[in-house]
Amino acid sequence: MSDDTVRTVERFDRLTAETSEGAQELLRRDVTKAPEIGREVGSVLRVDGHSFDPNSVDYERRDDETMIINMGPSHPSTHGVLRLMLELDGEFVLRTKPVIGYLHTGMEKTGEELSYVQGATNVTRMDYLSPVINELCYSMAVEKLLGIDVPERAIWIRMMMSELNRMSSHLVWMATNGMDLGSTSMMIYGLRERELILAFFEKTAGLRLNLNYVRPGGVAADLPDGWQDDVLVICDTIYERTFEYDQLLTGQPIFRQRLIGVAPMTAEEALALCVTGPLLRSTGVPWDLRRTMPYLAYDQVEFDVIVGTYGDNFDRYAIRLNEIRESIRIVRQCIDMMPTGDYRSQDPKVTPPPRARIGESMEALIHHFKLFTEGFHVPAGEVYMAVESPRGELGCYLVADGGPKPYRMHTRAPSFVNLQAVPLLMRGGMVSDAITVISTVDPVMGEVDR
Amino acid sequence: MIALSPSAPPGVLTSEAHCADLCCYPTRGQYFALVASFKADDFEMCVDLCGVDYLEHPDRALPQGVMRTRFEVVVNLLSLSKRQRVRVRVQAGDDEPEVDSLFVLFPGTEAMEREAFDLYGVLFTNHPDLTRILMPEEWEGHPLRKDYGSGRVPVQFKEAPGPR
Repeated sequence: MSDDTVRTVERFDRLTAETSEGAQELLRRDVTKAPEIGREVGSVLRVDGHSFDPNSVDYERRDDETMIINMGPSHPSTHGVLRLMLELDGEFVLRTKPVIGYLHTGMEKTGEELSYVQGATNVTRMDYLSPVINELCYSMAVEKLLGIDVPERAIWIRMMMSELNRMSSHLVWMATNGMDLGSTSMMIYGLRERELILAFFEKTAGLRLNLNYVRPGGVAADLPDGWQDDVLVICDTIYERTFEYDQLLTGQPIFRQRLIGVAPMTAEEALALCVTGPLLRSTGVPWDLRRTMPYLAYDQVEFDVIVGTYGDNFDRYAIRLNEIRESIRIVRQCIDMMPTGDYRSQDPKVTPPPRARIGESMEALIHHFKLFTEGFHVPAGEVYMAVESPRGELGCYLVADGGPKPYRMHTRAPSFVNLQAVPLLMRGGMVSDAITVISTVDPVMGEVDR
Repeated sequence: MIALSPSAPPGVLTSEAHCADLCCYPTRGQYFALVASFKADDFEMCVDLCGVDYLEHPDRALPQGVMRTRFEVVVNLLSLSKRQRVRVRVQAGDDEPEVDSLFVLFPGTEAMEREAFDLYGVLFTNHPDLTRILMPEEWEGHPLRKDYGSGRVPVQFKEAPGPR
């Protein structure tokens, strides 16, 4: 019998030592510095003078009165591998520290080793619930450096696919949020509706997730014949069903009691923590990049930016539910206003020759081969491109050095930054509210750890 | 292109940039004061902070007068009220890159600075908890540096023996 299968005290000690994250973990109070405790209790506003001194927080507490417990990394409600360390006083949360990195696969490093053509397949795996928007951000950054224009139809296709993706992402959120709060029927309904959108993605791009559909220069394929009917059915079905969600959840007394007034956040705190997306809008700040810094053709469609008031869990829920309806509104306008023309740039620098030309022209064959082996060269420069993802501002900082691969590809992941609001939101709440906080902050761990 | 606020430290070099209204190149000494002047000038949010390792491009194109160093810290600031973006590129140093932490100005930079420390080894003075965030605690080296050979370490798990 090997040493690893025997249950001994030494083995537990060794496992603890091997799985420890050292100083990344939440430590006992007597070995933690005051500024760090201040951050772990979420005192973000101390710099402005109208908040508490980190030293005065719970000064009467001692380590033998409180308990530090792990939640995660493999907890069903942590949406992946988020590990939260909570310091508890009975049922109440005093300090919180997210320990992340369990899903870190070095995607930014990988991005430096893939050519610009291949890069979209990498970024699409970061936020796996909104792949189209990841690709869009990356592609727009590359196009900015290249200085090429995208045809009008490609812009509108991108916008429509982004909004469909936003709907599917929010539907998954509705589903998992329902699951976290005990409404298992919502889990089934949310994923059922999302399936409609994924089926359309499969029809268009060939894949359900990780589409690699938006690429530098345009999109991978034109919309399939009869797409208007498919998209109309999606819009009609989901729009009707959002009102069923209202009946199922919004008016449900237990659901309301678990959300209303729980874990509120003010606008100052949200701005100080640099959180974006529904978290920021729930505090009453009307900031949506689609409206405030329009990209694609968002300045040509009508939609409302949904804004909350109290910044509590219910506001974040209501914002996401209503954003599904606004996305449906945008998609309907896309169907009506979709221009004709090319679906990708005809600049031969980024676009391969048509399939028919490859069979008859040697130059076209060489061109196609070069484009997919070496890739195209991007002039030296740097750019930060930001788009509104379902979770907030998704940014791509790209440094090009004139070669066929990015010199540096950094993704500003909204979940990574939004996760910093968790200690603030959880402080003083119950452990059961911790579940709702994780749920309404909506981190996607693929994007947090990258 | 917008002008620097009068409270900014004198002598900061600026240029135009893609997708931003201004790009500034402060020295390490000017960096904190410059970002503070932007914060006072209604740039409410620090949306992004990341490191860049210019090991292979020591003579990259920068405005006249900027002392090029190997590491750069790039900060993207956002003004919600003015709808403007500003990029700050500070030359962080060669061997022991170190800049001031922006934590007291923008508490939200805490995780981003930890990430830059973890992946590039850039030190941030006065950061409350400068530990690794994405890599395991006992990891050696900073993986996004250009002289860090990816593939140097075979894929392995903690149980597996062997040198790291």
